[in-house]
Amino acid sequence: MIAVQNLTKSFRNVQVLKGVSMEIQTGEIFGIAGRSGVGKSTLLRCMNGLETYDAGSLQVDGVEVKDLKEKELRLFRKNMGMIFQSFSLITRATVYQNIAYPMRCWHYDKQTIDAKVKELLQVVGMPEKINSRASELSGGQKQRVAIARALAMDPKVLLCDEATSALDPKSTLAITELLREINQKLGITVVVVTHEMDVIRRICDRMVVIEDGQIQASGGVEEVFEERPEALTNLLGTQGPPLPKEGINLEFFYSTEQNELENLVADLMRTLEFQMKIVGGGMEEYKGKTVCSMIVNLPQNLTEKACAYLTQRGVRWRLMCRGEEDKVQ
Amino acid sequence: MTFWESVVYYGQRLIAPAVLVTLQIVFFTILIGFVLGFALAILLTLYGPNGLNHKRKVYGVLNFLVNTVRSFPILILIVAISPLTRMIVGTTIGVKAVILPLSITATAFIARLLESSFIKVDKQLIEAAKSLGATNMQIMWGVIIKESVPAIFSVLTMATVNYIAATTIAGAVGGGGLGAVALTYGYQSFNDTVLYMAVLVMFLLVNVTQYLGDWLYKKFL
Repeated sequence: MIAVQNLTKSFRNVQVLKGVSMEIQTGEIFGIAGRSGVGKSTLLRCMNGLETYDAGSLQVDGVEVKDLKEKELRLFRKNMGMIFQSFSLITRATVYQNIAYPMRCWHYDKQTIDAKVKELLQVVGMPEKINSRASELSGGQKQRVAIARALAMDPKVLLCDEATSALDPKSTLAITELLREINQKLGITVVVVTHEMDVIRRICDRMVVIEDGQIQASGGVEEVFEERPEALTNLLGTQGPPLPKEGINLEFFYSTEQNELENLVADLMRTLEFQMKIVGGGMEEYKGKTVCSMIVNLPQNLTEKACAYLTQRGVRWRLMCRGEEDKVQ
Repeated sequence: MTFWESVVYYGQRLIAPAVLVTLQIVFFTILIGFVLGFALAILLTLYGPNGLNHKRKVYGVLNFLVNTVRSFPILILIVAISPLTRMIVGTTIGVKAVILPLSITATAFIARLLESSFIKVDKQLIEAAKSLGATNMQIMWGVIIKESVPAIFSVLTMATVNYIAATTIAGAVGGGGLGAVALTYGYQSFNDTVLYMAVLVMFLLVNVTQYLGDWLYKKFL
């Protein structure tokens, strides 16, 4: 759907994108994570031609975005809905007028607009606000209207630029749910740019982590979070829980829905014939699936056996570095 | 004549006709200035440094013109372009003759103020409109101007108040109106009644304008 090859972009003398390559598949929810100012928004803006790029290629459905002329670019943008951090509604206009705006720009007739606005307000779940002024709405409501407006032209892709970053946690949850719903029901490909890891964990299928204008990690969301590459740790801003300095710390992950793994920890202890220490753990939710992570502390000589056992049970694991000391592995 | 009799007398003979002249000058100045200034402001916004369709040269020329007109004090401009005024209007005194220079300065003044309101419209909102496939003109009218309506009223208010004052200056060089009455029949004839009546009327005009402007601003916010 969207293929990015070696994309570079500079503002004056600062190179913002330093050769980014990735592919976004039709129908998926794709996350682009990174701290502020690493170029992730620029990358997103390149996708609908709001920003130009210097070199490399960015193709949407086989069309090179850079080659589009003004008129073609406008037509192309119809297929690429976009929502923003600050909602970007016409504050003085009503909800109706805001959603109708793109259709008016494309000269739809009044009945079509009427019907479409009502339909879209149903989709985003606020039909009663049709005549409210945009400035009277709460943040979450504004973003819903912005989503409705972005969907007005029946786009194939919805680009979300920090769409939940200005919202409180509850609205964030509601908006991410809405995005997931739109993705499932309407089959629209969603690209999410955010620094909020929860948002990515909750709805994205695959992700990339951008740091310093380059992709530092990519893959399925669950895998990236479990592998915890350095770029992700930098982004999360934490080094994880403090861990014992003696022995080896081993982290493993399993889904709570797998019944046969219910007693995994006990099974592991029995296999090793050793009462290991549990030094950390937690539950994370990935797109509705709950994954349990467990960190245990083992003496060096048992580690190999433990890892082999976990692999045999089909459980993903990794060795963790010990506090601030050198990395094991 | 008692004081109140003289107030009524001067009021009818001098002040009332002068108020009409002043209102006429202000009305036409603001009308012409707004229409032309509005168009100019759209061009300045469109071609400006952060505009939708930045054109350095066109903007440079327009910007230079606006700055040039704005650099003239009103009194000097009226005098300086009097040959032009004579050519177009046929005379350099009277209502029509002052409306020309005043509306030229009002155009530049209003254009600059409107431009600065237009460029304050949220950049991301303009980007959003672009992302929906809107044309530059659709963004100009549907987003930038739509969002600026209250600001437009406040610009109009400021311009009107400004040009009520400017008409008195124009009055000093043959424009007629309240300024001329206050100067000629008041100050230079040692007639304090006329002078302060004119001052009072100006005070009322400015206050009513400001009040009306504030009311419109709030109504359209």
